[in-house]
Amino acid sequence: MTVEVEALNSTAYIGHHLTNRTISLGEGSFWTLHLDTFLTSVALGVVGFGLLWWVVRGATAGVPTRRQAFVEILFDFVDSQVKGIFHGNRAFVGPLAMTVFIWVFLMNAMDFIPVDLAGLMTEHVMQQEHWKPVPTSDVNTTFALALSIWGLMIFYNIKVKGWGGWVHELFCTPFGSHFLLWPLNFLFNLVEYISKPLSHALRLYGNIYAGEIIFMLLWMWAATGLVGSVFGGVLALGWSIFHILIVALQAYIFMMLTVVYMAMAHEGH
Amino acid sequence: MNLNVTLIAQAITFFVFIFFCAKFVWPPLVQAIEDRQKMIAGGLAAAEEGKKSLEVSARQSELSIATARNRAQEIVVQAESRVAQMIEEAKVAAKQEGEREKAAAKAEIEQELARAKESLRSQVASLVITGAEQILRREVDAKAHADILNSLQQQL
Repeated sequence: MTVEVEALNSTAYIGHHLTNRTISLGEGSFWTLHLDTFLTSVALGVVGFGLLWWVVRGATAGVPTRRQAFVEILFDFVDSQVKGIFHGNRAFVGPLAMTVFIWVFLMNAMDFIPVDLAGLMTEHVMQQEHWKPVPTSDVNTTFALALSIWGLMIFYNIKVKGWGGWVHELFCTPFGSHFLLWPLNFLFNLVEYISKPLSHALRLYGNIYAGEIIFMLLWMWAATGLVGSVFGGVLALGWSIFHILIVALQAYIFMMLTVVYMAMAHEGH
Repeated sequence: MNLNVTLIAQAITFFVFIFFCAKFVWPPLVQAIEDRQKMIAGGLAAAEEGKKSLEVSARQSELSIATARNRAQEIVVQAESRVAQMIEEAKVAAKQEGEREKAAAKAEIEQELARAKESLRSQVASLVITGAEQILRREVDAKAHADILNSLQQQL
């Protein structure tokens, strides 16, 4: 990192920060694990859900403590969103939405840590040359989430409507059940089933990745001298404040799409 | 865009967190919130009940106060009439007593007077007789003039 900043080679600087810490679990490029993405997301999840669990374990039906009230506000926010879209038993979809929202939010929020500060920590404390701190700017994370939800969507489609019902829906909606329309319907549904996880995953990835790139450009400017530091710092502050919105909004959108897909799986077109 | 085994690892992590959330976070929270909702609903119902019973008891107390007031009024009226009656009775009794006393005194006085008159009369008679005897010791025969002396005594 230090070498690149001194050289002020923007391609090298950005490239360096966007390189994952990898370990190989087997032969071939597929068996490469992004250790930074994986460990950061696990740590964030453990901390986030551990805190939730810690608060909920002491939850009382009486007068809530402040931290319980905070968790309840969070719960109520998620639950009311789910209730508005998904009409049915929320015993699974509720926690699913909550997990998605909190986890994605926390992973996105890693973007707030200035990249070089994070780099200082990962390089000097953890002794890692490469460490990408934002798990959602890794397509593997966003596709893992989107494809898991996609799988759940198909699972619930089959569970609720049965194999017959689902296949019927694939061929007979949205245009009608006339047999001449079957190929058209199926093509339409195929496009929909492919586009759902793609848009779901790439929307989140694109927003966070782009945000990270802009941060890096600003930090790079900040390294060019006093004027660059002042303007770069001010603009980075502005972008950080705007990024609070993006981080929360992307987590919210991701959760809402999850709930919408689950609702569609349960209710049909 | 290099998709690799990280995707699978992240998916497994995701399901672990979903399971954790669905098992250990969501149900106790729902439970606590629902319990509180029930508690609040119960409290509100109890408050409503209390308000109703308060109204009822207020009405009852008003009623009993009115009854007591009427009763007190009655008692006062009764007492007043009783007092007037007692005063009247006392007056009558006192008057009667006075009359009686007066009559007794009068009778006594009359008796006393009669007795005094009698004794005076007999004393005067004896004095007269004594005087007359002494004056007429020699000339008057007591026996011969006894009837005159008796009528004299009667006239005194």
